Amino acid sequence: MSEIDVRLRDVTKRFGEFVAVDDISLEIPRGSFFAMLGPSGCGKTTTLRMIGGFEEPTAGTVLLGDQDVSDLPPYKRDVNTVFQSYALFPHLSIADNVGFGLREHGVPKAERTARVGEALELVDLTGYDTRKPRQLSGGQQQRVALARALVNRPRVLLLDEPLGALDLKLRRQMQLELKRIQQEVGITFVHVTHDQEEAMTMADQIAVMNEGRIEQLGGPTELYERPGTAFVAGFLGVSNLIAGRLDGTDVVTADGTRLAVAAGALGGRTGAVRLGIRPEKIRVADGDAPAGAALVGTVREYAYVGVATQYVVDTPAGEIQVFHQNATPGVQVAQPGTRVTLTWDPQATFLVEGETE
Amino acid sequence: MRRARRFAGHHLLTLVALLGFIYILAPIAVIALFSFNDPAGKYNYTWQGFTTQYWQNPFDIPALRDALITSIQIALLASIIATVLGTLISLALVRHAFRGRGTTNLLIFLPMSTPEIVMGASLLALFLNLGVATGFATILLAHVVFCIAFCVVTVKARLVGFDRRLEEAAMDLGANEVRTFLRVTLPLILPGVGAAALLSFALSVDDFVITNFTHGTVVTFPLFIWGAARVGVPVQVNVIGTLIFLVAVGIMAIGVLVSTVRARRDRALAERAAEAH
Ligand SMILES: Nc1ncnc2c1ncn2[C@@H]1O[C@H](COP(=O)(O)OP(=O)(O)O)[C@@H](O)[C@H]1O
Ligand SMILES: [Mg+2]
Repeated sequence: MSEIDVRLRDVTKRFGEFVAVDDISLEIPRGSFFAMLGPSGCGKTTTLRMIGGFEEPTAGTVLLGDQDVSDLPPYKRDVNTVFQSYALFPHLSIADNVGFGLREHGVPKAERTARVGEALELVDLTGYDTRKPRQLSGGQQQRVALARALVNRPRVLLLDEPLGALDLKLRRQMQLELKRIQQEVGITFVHVTHDQEEAMTMADQIAVMNEGRIEQLGGPTELYERPGTAFVAGFLGVSNLIAGRLDGTDVVTADGTRLAVAAGALGGRTGAVRLGIRPEKIRVADGDAPAGAALVGTVREYAYVGVATQYVVDTPAGEIQVFHQNATPGVQVAQPGTRVTLTWDPQATFLVEGETE
Repeated sequence: MRRARRFAGHHLLTLVALLGFIYILAPIAVIALFSFNDPAGKYNYTWQGFTTQYWQNPFDIPALRDALITSIQIALLASIIATVLGTLISLALVRHAFRGRGTTNLLIFLPMSTPEIVMGASLLALFLNLGVATGFATILLAHVVFCIAFCVVTVKARLVGFDRRLEEAAMDLGANEVRTFLRVTLPLILPGVGAAALLSFALSVDDFVITNFTHGTVVTFPLFIWGAARVGVPVQVNVIGTLIFLVAVGIMAIGVLVSTVRARRDRALAERAAEAH
């Protein structure tokens, strides 16, 4: 896993005055499933297109392995792309679509036929060779696009929101399918998506992007448990952010409440910060505040959803959302107006930048 | 009475369309009908009697045959040259932002909007001034000029809706610029290119005004008919006219039939594929 397949070094892309990708650097290890996650317009596609060779970086270098490919056209790069709209050739049969790259690379006919057959089998489309793309459903077209790219056994496979056009059920199914295929072929996948759940379920590494920059890069658990910015915390699930000032290893809120912070979450921050805690990490208790992190507040509203009860609690530090697992029999729901104490393990906290940043 | 009115209301549109068709097709029907006429004198204007005599040897007037061959030669060459140039021009106009693109876009329509008589006269003046002898070559040049404009318009329409990602996909799969053009771009704009070629051919075969200025001593099919009209148009002209019409309609019918059958089959297969999911 130590070998690096894709390296971006200080890559910037401007369209006129507009900065679409802003000084990005990253390394993607061989054989990994790498996701670029971010809201629409944050520069994911542009980044992918610079790796594929469809856009030239305004500044910086793109390396595949050890080779600088910044100036190479797409057909001289050992990567293949699954396009957002599939971009299947409408005038060619499915077999010719899938065999397109092999033919361009001068693979003899017999081998070509065999490999196209294998690729179609991999995506479960055996027997569709002679069909035309428009004769297939959306999900099938998506799989043809995948086969057409994979059959060339590229160093890296780029996928631009490949499941975006599918309905929810099919999308969930294809997520697992894609993951299986990636593990089967062992090729490095770079997957672009704006769906955090998709990125979390599929990827080993996720780069969360915002306004052309990488906000944070890490594994799914790391990003969820220790988001480094308010943006990442908000983009990957729900979180409570409590504003305060850092004093030693505590965050002191405006009303003087001291909340302990996990030592590992400090990250060298000082001054104004926000302490983050995920709703499901909070315990609700009546009565006295036990030792450790605690906030006392009043239940404003609740929603009982079977597996859990969601509370909104007003505290001096602001509104706190709680997601209380109904793990024990005989659930007692705290009614609105009830005073409750919220506690959590300081290890579950994280810090992000202060509000005025 | 009321029912009659309702009937008329429902079928008025059909009726109007039918009348329109008759209006359009009547002259063609007359031409076809008179190709079976057996005229008594020189003039094929009144019905005399039925014969298939002229259908058995439509090409036995040497001057007519030569004129027709000349017309077809010019039309073939003009449509090939105009289609190739027109396709390249439209690619440049749609794909590349170069200095003077707007002007070129405008200028390309000039041959279409200029009255033929003006264009013919000015072309003749140009050839005379350059000392070029008018003949086959000058007819060809003139035809290419007005055909290009139509080719550009036709191919451009096809290119404007073209999904550039298909070309990116081809390059992604290892095809360089030339291979991408040959394997993806050209096949996909081929219907437009084909239409441009057919249109050019039809325009060229049919042209009289401009040809009349630039033909020198060479005679094309329309020029022959014009010349013959004064002394009586031979029945063979009707036969050839009808033949040309039949070939054109035949090509169109095949085209429509093929695309209908194909569309129906595609729809059925896609529906079945979606159901299978
Ligand atoms: N060719 C282009 N010309 C001008 N602006 C562009 C171009 N391509 C992308 N952009 C802009 O760059 C930004 C990032 O686009 P993109 O990379 O497609 O975002 P994403 O894929 O994350 O939704 C967008 O604001 C978009 O409008
Ligand atoms: Mg995108």
